[in-house]
Amino acid sequence: MEGVSLATGAFYLLAGLAVLGAAGVAFSSNIIYSALSLMFSFVGVAGLYVLLDADFVAGVQVLVYVGGVLVLTLFAVMLTHQIADIKVSNRSVGRPAALAIVAGVFALLYKAFDGVAWHEASEPAVESSTYGVGNAFLGQYVLPFELASLVLLVVLVGAVVLSRKEVVEGGEGTS
Amino acid sequence: MTAALADISLEHYLVVGAVLFSLGLFCVLTRRNSIGVLMGIELILNAANVNYIAFSKYSAGGYDGQVFSVFVIMLAAAEAAIGLAIVLGIYRRFGTIDVAEMTTLKG
Repeated sequence: MEGVSLATGAFYLLAGLAVLGAAGVAFSSNIIYSALSLMFSFVGVAGLYVLLDADFVAGVQVLVYVGGVLVLTLFAVMLTHQIADIKVSNRSVGRPAALAIVAGVFALLYKAFDGVAWHEASEPAVESSTYGVGNAFLGQYVLPFELASLVLLVVLVGAVVLSRKEVVEGGEGTS
Repeated sequence: MTAALADISLEHYLVVGAVLFSLGLFCVLTRRNSIGVLMGIELILNAANVNYIAFSKYSAGGYDGQVFSVFVIMLAAAEAAIGLAIVLGIYRRFGTIDVAEMTTLKG
């Protein structure tokens, strides 16, 4: 009973962290604050993965999102705004209409899964998921796994090509 | 109500996923800053991942959901890298990243 209540408390804490972080991203008027709220949301979601026995995915979430995507986002924010500006604008438009649309979508989603009798898995044993995930990657999912490495190579080259500075030799650039 | 609060079920995670999705959609719909729009997309992908892993534990069993969520995380990272590189290119060319002012292709 004690363990159950601990897990329940952890769920509400982490879900609250994830949802409040997401709310900060959606409603903050300063984009730096938005990016920092995004970090809290990512960390909360990583904690939820741990509660769901997906420790490998939680590690990947922290490494890739918090360590990679977030830093990249902050770099982009810093590079596209004058740092000296006091107000780093994050304007938003059409809030009432968007709120109505989002409320409709949420109601639809909730209606879709409320009261559905999902297939219940037999209670899985709590063990490290890394072994199973690794076996799945190199067994059943080996083709998508290799394709992923190809996609990452293309992204690497594409990002370099897109964001490099155009060097014009002798001042006669054509584009 | 106390019974619903006491033990966490699949629905709890689905509600969290739906809330994250809705907030991400709100971000995408209202932001005029391109980077804000990209942040909203990241939130939506996170919501999808929460659902994948919740179903993987409570409904399907096995590791399929976890494997798919790792692929989603990989694609989200790729999308962020390319998207932000494009935003930087737009900023260098137009001097703004406001999505309402990029109207060059407007007829």
